[in-house]
Amino acid sequence: MGRGYPKVTGVLPVALQRMTRVVGSVMHSSKEYVCVMQLHRPVSEERLREVLSEFTGRIYQRPPVRSSVKRSLRVKVVHEIELLEYTGRYALLRIASEAGTYMRKLCWDVGLVLGVGAHMRELRRTRTGPFTEDRGLVRLQDVAEALYRFREEGKDDLLRKVVLPGEFSICHLPKVVVRDTAVESLIHGAPLAVPGIVMLHEGIKPGDTVAVLTLKGELVALATAEMSSEQVISERRGIAFRLRRVVMEPGLYPRTWKRREQKA
Amino acid sequence: MEERDVTKEGMSFIREIDEFCGYNRRWLVKLEGEPTDPRYGWLPRERPIGKYIEYGVINLDKPPGPTSHEVVAWVKRMFGVQRAGHGGTLEPHTP
Repeated sequence: MGRGYPKVTGVLPVALQRMTRVVGSVMHSSKEYVCVMQLHRPVSEERLREVLSEFTGRIYQRPPVRSSVKRSLRVKVVHEIELLEYTGRYALLRIASEAGTYMRKLCWDVGLVLGVGAHMRELRRTRTGPFTEDRGLVRLQDVAEALYRFREEGKDDLLRKVVLPGEFSICHLPKVVVRDTAVESLIHGAPLAVPGIVMLHEGIKPGDTVAVLTLKGELVALATAEMSSEQVISERRGIAFRLRRVVMEPGLYPRTWKRREQKA
Repeated sequence: MEERDVTKEGMSFIREIDEFCGYNRRWLVKLEGEPTDPRYGWLPRERPIGKYIEYGVINLDKPPGPTSHEVVAWVKRMFGVQRAGHGGTLEPHTP
């Protein structure tokens, strides 16, 4: 399995258990790659640069034959292609693009436009949304070692380094912090009303996806804005956010509805 | 004995999340001085280890060879967990 793409490596954020629920928001965020493209016949560097620049911005891409999505022509945004090195046969590229842009296809298409043919030799993903190579990238061996140390020696220090609090995976979203007393009702499906809000990022518009956090920084849920940030600040009541994906389990914060007085 | 200020520590963790990816929008405060009760929930780094894993994410370096899908299956088995998911496959043909 996977023999067709042996030399594909790099940043693959893996969410565990409850955090699986937010993985979509990371999945659909932008990516950065370093890619080795092999040209089937040499072209001048000038010509290559010219063609590469045609592949930045909005490009049309039909997903490869063997792909998991419908093979209709899609428009993808390539933010940047930088030619790092060129030998006349191999081109080392750094590419920043929108999620779902196929690098293998991009290399192939560049080859077609150049008229000499080309294919992708090697690919390394250097960024997936908020996760980059230089911020705590760990190898499978590191994970295995940390688990071994925990299971055999009862020490969780390495495990706590290898695994990050899942909250980091939503760092690129605007955030809303809620009062302790709002948490449990949100988990049970209630919308977030203005009085439950402690603070929020500016610039939120109705329809935006936001992350709802407790005052301790725990991710409660992903939600959709019904109000703008400014409205939340000026209004005294009303529904500000509707929950979309609840991450936090019930029972950690007190219930505050029905009976107002509840001694812990 | 010195009292810990969990609200302050929570705020500094929230700032840390923003800084993790250079998110620099300004915060607007609606309720000044609202505290959090240390009896409920946890500061994310202080969750007991089982919970820590349950709410965890790994910034994994996918090795050459296996597909993204296979790598996730390994991680699941290593942790003995039912659920895990990745942030976008590295191979176009993997579902």
